Amino acid sequence: MANSFKFELVSPEQLLVSTEVTSVVIPGSEGDMTVMANHAPTMATIRPGIVSFTGDDGKEERFVVFGGFADILPEGCTVLAEKAIHVDDMNSEIIKEQIAAAQKGVEEAKHDAQAQRAREFLDQLTTLEGAILPA
Amino acid sequence: MPSLKDLKNRIASVKATQKITKAMQMVAAAKLRRAQEAAEAARPYSQRMASVMSNIAQAVGGGDDAPRIMTGTGKDDVHLLVVCTADRGLCGGFNGQIVRLAREHARKLLAQGKTVKIMCVGKKANDLLRRDYGSHIVERFDFREVRKMSFVQAEQIAEKIFGMFDAGEFDVCTLFYSEFKSVISQIPTAQQLIPAAPAEAEESEGSAAVYDYEPDASAILADLAPRSVKVQIFRALLENVAGEMGAKMSAMDNATRNAGEMIDKLSMSYNRQRQAQITKELIEIISGAEAL
Repeated sequence: MANSFKFELVSPEQLLVSTEVTSVVIPGSEGDMTVMANHAPTMATIRPGIVSFTGDDGKEERFVVFGGFADILPEGCTVLAEKAIHVDDMNSEIIKEQIAAAQKGVEEAKHDAQAQRAREFLDQLTTLEGAILPA
Repeated sequence: MPSLKDLKNRIASVKATQKITKAMQMVAAAKLRRAQEAAEAARPYSQRMASVMSNIAQAVGGGDDAPRIMTGTGKDDVHLLVVCTADRGLCGGFNGQIVRLAREHARKLLAQGKTVKIMCVGKKANDLLRRDYGSHIVERFDFREVRKMSFVQAEQIAEKIFGMFDAGEFDVCTLFYSEFKSVISQIPTAQQLIPAAPAEAEESEGSAAVYDYEPDASAILADLAPRSVKVQIFRALLENVAGEMGAKMSAMDNATRNAGEMIDKLSMSYNRQRQAQITKELIEIISGAEAL
């Protein structure tokens, strides 16, 4: 049995998950990464994607997150998500809403850097939509 | 001397008022509980955020890499005061306290020859500041239709502030809100948002951990700084809701008690007067009988 460590998923409004897990997959902005116990201290921003973690009991749970960042320490891992929803509660409307907002962001961007960021965000959202919604 | 009928009417009307204040008190108590829960639930996020921010700020140092939101424009000429109050009155001195603090602040800045801009969050801030500083108010927010304060509202305010900052419309941004200490005590607080006030050098446990950053530290900081501002605004909003409800509860409790006292006094004089009238009628009958 692999070592377990503490994992917390926090959104601004509440503490969503606080549990012992054996591994967590985080959609880092530079690529997905799997965190296990005794990971080197790392701080990473995350893109819209799916955080999945395997609990002590071997059960896997998945949350959809929309941006945020992860604070990883050897003894634990904390994901601060701007918005996080359990996969089961996810539906196409929520993501459509987010995409619409992101599109607006692209149109309203005042300078290039901002537009670029907004467009990236939109791309990530669209990918996410394809990934989680059964066609 | 009011007549018996007048007194009766007054007692009835005070009783009706008492019923209303009593109901408002109970509503406030229920809402207070919910507001406190919300504030409690939001705490882990803001705590983590603060510790991460101080951690990463140390790593980056006050170098040129730091985002402008943290370092400011380097000037100190135009001040933006974000005044957060409740949308409704009848909560004692709650709104007044916050506005008074903001007003003093504004007066001081104006005396120093700075430009002051005011952003009103909550209807009451606008109502109270309009007369003295009407020309300084640049933006209003009103969340009367919002049933539950959520992060979306904080984001709205934050986006507006960032937009103004990017357009170079102010140099320093200060947030005014009321910190919720307890039901009977809310402390009006001023907090500097932009540039970020230097984090208190707290002796955090094991902050010596050398982090790997992905992407690099300054990129993360650039991403985090706006988020941290949002969180601070969100916290202020939640504290405000809790404070408003606490203040409303105690104000309505007072009002209910006062109404009770008033009813007692009025009933006393009503009874006295009725007795006096009975006595008077008796005397009239007796003296009439004696005269015969």
